Amino acid sequence: MNMLMAALPLSYFSEFPQKFYDSFIEKSRYKNIVIGLGNTLLITFFAVLIGIVLGTLIALIKVSHQNNPKKLRILNAIASVYLAVIRGTPVVVQLLIMWFVVLQSANVDKVVAAILAFGINSGAYVAEVIRSGIQSVDKGQIEAGRSLGLNQRATMVKIVFPQALKNVLPAIGNEFIALLKETSVAGYIAIQDLTKGGDIIRSITYDPYTSLLTVAAIYLLIVLGLTTLLGKLERRLHQSDNR
Amino acid sequence: MKKGSKLAAIVLAVAMAVSMGACSSAGTTAASSGASSAAASTTIDKIKADGYITMSTNAEFEPFEYKDGDKVTGIDVEIAQKVADKLGVQLKVNDIAFDTLITELNSGKSNFVAAGMSVTEDRQKNVDFSDTYFDASQAIIVTKDSPIKLPSDLNGKKVGVQQGTTGDTYCTNEDGKNDIKVSSVERYNKGVDAVADLMNGKIDAVVIDSFPATKFVEKNSDKLVKLNDALTVEKYAIAVKKGDKEMLDTINNVLSDMKSSGELDKIIEKYKAALGA
Repeated sequence: MNMLMAALPLSYFSEFPQKFYDSFIEKSRYKNIVIGLGNTLLITFFAVLIGIVLGTLIALIKVSHQNNPKKLRILNAIASVYLAVIRGTPVVVQLLIMWFVVLQSANVDKVVAAILAFGINSGAYVAEVIRSGIQSVDKGQIEAGRSLGLNQRATMVKIVFPQALKNVLPAIGNEFIALLKETSVAGYIAIQDLTKGGDIIRSITYDPYTSLLTVAAIYLLIVLGLTTLLGKLERRLHQSDNR
Repeated sequence: MKKGSKLAAIVLAVAMAVSMGACSSAGTTAASSGASSAAASTTIDKIKADGYITMSTNAEFEPFEYKDGDKVTGIDVEIAQKVADKLGVQLKVNDIAFDTLITELNSGKSNFVAAGMSVTEDRQKNVDFSDTYFDASQAIIVTKDSPIKLPSDLNGKKVGVQQGTTGDTYCTNEDGKNDIKVSSVERYNKGVDAVADLMNGKIDAVVIDSFPATKFVEKNSDKLVKLNDALTVEKYAIAVKKGDKEMLDTINNVLSDMKSSGELDKIIEKYKAALGA
């Protein structure tokens, strides 16, 4: 019981209007949250794009190599190393390495460094998801495509890929939701993302409740929105299943 | 219109989270508030009963507090040890992020904060400060070839700070009252990251407390210089929870004893000498 009280002291509720004012209205402090939210969405959006492109490429390399071990030996080896390294190290460390080591003397914006770091990170997970999607399509589908006179590339693009995408959509959606939340470590390289925006307010007001709960609520709203959108897309794609 | 409804949704979500908390804890109000007010009047008794006193600090601030092996040591820790000795209890040191120090103090997780903390008006609204024990300044570090020679040269420049420090507050310039207006403030979790970005040419200057500034420059004396003129001058004090008079009096007693006996100066000189400052 005491722990509950310590978690949210009762006095907080009566002071809430004042705390809310201090945290967001006073000296336009809400701008910290707005700027932060903008950066979080910006980083997430472009990291998702990089993730999709990179992930698809890696998945195609791995699948082609698996189907015909003589092909793409070097590219496959690079892809394997990439997957092992990226999935084997924490994203915060990758971000710090990207900023303080890789881009040490490059004249780029921090946000660009974050987009690269998170995009490259996401690519590894997307690659594995897409690979599993491609492999989930029955071999008979490829054989059918080839016997209809389509070449290997057309079979992949027109027959296998659309079915694979439908199968992996929930998993891809999860990956992007995870990515959105992972961007909250961008503050490590002094980027003002949503979490950092809340932290800045907290470091001025010393009031942990208002800014942290608000930041949490905003993340939650975005994720709920994304989940709803993905659900709609999934249903749309599954319309052809009902016959 | 749309923006307005989004904001309303956020406000509602927060309000809901808050009111849900209220429901679950309402039943215990009477009992707990009684208990907590009783506890507040006997902080010292509780410390003596527990056998230890807890100080919070951010051990990345040599020579005031820093890690020596696995132990936190420094000027603040020595002062805190005297407070513990006076009460005849053990000293426990909590090492946390600087910008959460006051939050943690007010949530009752520690008895006082000794972290080279400058007395500021904003902080005084949230905690009570002891007598000051050190005059410090916010120094400016730049690269050797930098055109920045005076604090006023910071106008329109990109400045790195440690988040939540007085250097951050000054450069952020929330109410626009400060003379120097920087173009952007980069807020780092650690001073060392700010210095790394300075050396890589990503920011124009770093504003940080004078002591760590001296240390950073010393370690990179071929690349960095510390400006002679400080950005601001301020005083360090120990913070206690607002209204915790007993704790405050104890600390002030220890501080005045240490000042009059010359012990405080000795400790500061000892650490200064170790730094070569």
